[in-house]
Amino acid sequence: MTSPLEQKKIRITGPSVVTANRTWDGAVVYRTADRGWSTALADAAIVGTSDDARALLAEGVADDVGAVGAYIAPVEVKEGGVVKPGNLREHIRSKGLTIDLLPA
Amino acid sequence: MYAYDELDRTLINERVSEFRDQVKRRLSGELTEDEFKILRLQNGVYLQLHAYMFRVAIPYGTLSSKQMRRFAHVARRYDRGYGHFTTRQNIQFNWIKLAELPDALAELADVGIHAMQTSGNNMRNVTSDQWAGVAPGEVEDPRIWSEILRQHTTLHPEFSFLPRKFKIAITASEHDRAAIKIHDIGLRLHKNADGETGFEVLVGGGLGRTPFIAKTIKAFVHGRDILSYVEAILRVYNQYGRRDNIYKARIKILVHELGIEKFAKEVDEEWKLMGDVGLTLDHSAIEEVRSRFSYPAYEKLPHMPDELKQAAADPLFERWRKNSVAPHKVQGYSIVTLSLKPVGGPPGDATADQMDAVADLADKYSFGEIRVGHEQNLALPHVAKRDLPQLWRALDRLGLATPNVNLVTDIIACPGLDYCSLANARSIPIAQELTRRFANHDTADMIGRLHINISGCINACGHHHVGHIGILGVEKNGEEFYQITIGGRADENAQMGVLIGPAVPYAEVADVIEDIVEAYLALRDRPEELFVDTVKRLGVEPFKERVYATR
Repeated sequence: MTSPLEQKKIRITGPSVVTANRTWDGAVVYRTADRGWSTALADAAIVGTSDDARALLAEGVADDVGAVGAYIAPVEVKEGGVVKPGNLREHIRSKGLTIDLLPA
Repeated sequence: MYAYDELDRTLINERVSEFRDQVKRRLSGELTEDEFKILRLQNGVYLQLHAYMFRVAIPYGTLSSKQMRRFAHVARRYDRGYGHFTTRQNIQFNWIKLAELPDALAELADVGIHAMQTSGNNMRNVTSDQWAGVAPGEVEDPRIWSEILRQHTTLHPEFSFLPRKFKIAITASEHDRAAIKIHDIGLRLHKNADGETGFEVLVGGGLGRTPFIAKTIKAFVHGRDILSYVEAILRVYNQYGRRDNIYKARIKILVHELGIEKFAKEVDEEWKLMGDVGLTLDHSAIEEVRSRFSYPAYEKLPHMPDELKQAAADPLFERWRKNSVAPHKVQGYSIVTLSLKPVGGPPGDATADQMDAVADLADKYSFGEIRVGHEQNLALPHVAKRDLPQLWRALDRLGLATPNVNLVTDIIACPGLDYCSLANARSIPIAQELTRRFANHDTADMIGRLHINISGCINACGHHHVGHIGILGVEKNGEEFYQITIGGRADENAQMGVLIGPAVPYAEVADVIEDIVEAYLALRDRPEELFVDTVKRLGVEPFKERVYATR
């Protein structure tokens, strides 16, 4: 998973969201349509064009007190409008660790 | 243990107050993230995938039981009940809230713990042999010198804004447990022909995307001159090190580009130019630091106590003793390694309950002292041999007596894509699967010493280049793949492993490692020939053929 920290050009090829980490606790958050942040991917504003992605990202970046390190991440929109992370990195950010913490 | 004086305590407490104010200003919006980032990094605070990560220094890997209990408390109160011991004698907390970090830092400061020198482009935590001061045959305790360097470099303005991070490791034993040859500066303590203490100085080691083994630039620098000599190295680095390209900014690149002879000449010239800048350590200054290290009042004990003779009848105890117990410089005592590599567990993790229990055991059996090694295990450095059976039973109940130290399941692994914002692939689940595949202790014993190191990206926090078997996670079209190297080592004969062929997908890694190990068992010329020696003798071809012939 290429780190989004290396994201240089904004060019999306499918449905995307803007995600970041909440400033006060670092929790994973998603930019919502009402200009806020939510910890639920289902609440995220979904964009489908590079221009819309750029605009949503600019809005997220501007809220430096609310969240840190905003970037654009791919999502998949399944049947019935269910939104899923678009790659493993985002899956891990959204769903948590893939490992057992205790020996098993 | 090293006893802090009032100056140390004041410095640490002032640092907490300063950071508390910085966090307050960040949360109020007075500081932007761009302004705050360098400040948080100077206090060991990273932003990872799920949360802030807080890295705390364990200078030269020495901890008191009181400090370990405070780690347990921080893990419980501010995190999710566990911590991760790293390859550079630090501990990381993975789920800490920025708003609560100043309180956590303050609680650690109460017991003399801080997070300075754990991140940022400065001199990092000076590391050493986890058996320092207790290993038989050691020239002298290298932690004295680690502490002198720590005191000199902490918050030193000249070393606080280097081109890139800078790591020093010190060893004083013939067998290098501190991996000095993969550090920016490696120091090997030894005595010259006149019996004076000094250092062989190696420079330019490091892993990451451009790995190099450190080279010797001076065979002997007298102990009294080590600060000025290290400063001369850093001045040359500060002057010529590249700041225009993060990937070429480490001193290893400068050493490589200048060549070792030219680099050594530059350092010598700088050293001469510096003249007497007040950095020569007089005898009393060295002894002052030495005097603040306390050593246990060892008893006079028999080499082979009755308790040990009786316990030898228990094969499980004997297996553990042979694997995890090492000779001590004092008769009747042992050094005990506590494996943080249980079968199926994340390498290097310890729960708060385990930390508390280890602290209790340290008080009961090891004069209240604990060590942390770069292999991500703990050690109790002063255990009376008569206490080994009781200690083993206690460790076994805690899940800390897996008899796999230095064996195939004693895996070094970075946090990988499960935690790290830089990672391309996961490390921990690969390690967990491998520990399940090689869970049979008889098999692991039969294989013998074999270090598997796993990194989730080219930054190489899992030291994959110097694993006997190295596993590097890469990304290919959105999928996790892993490059395999063999033949690396991080000891006094350090060398980089050699890539055996194309990367393999996540699902095949454990099979591939099993194939490599099976090939080794078939190829070694006797049971005592270690994996890494078989690779040295035969090269990578037979292993490559075994892995790729059917894939």
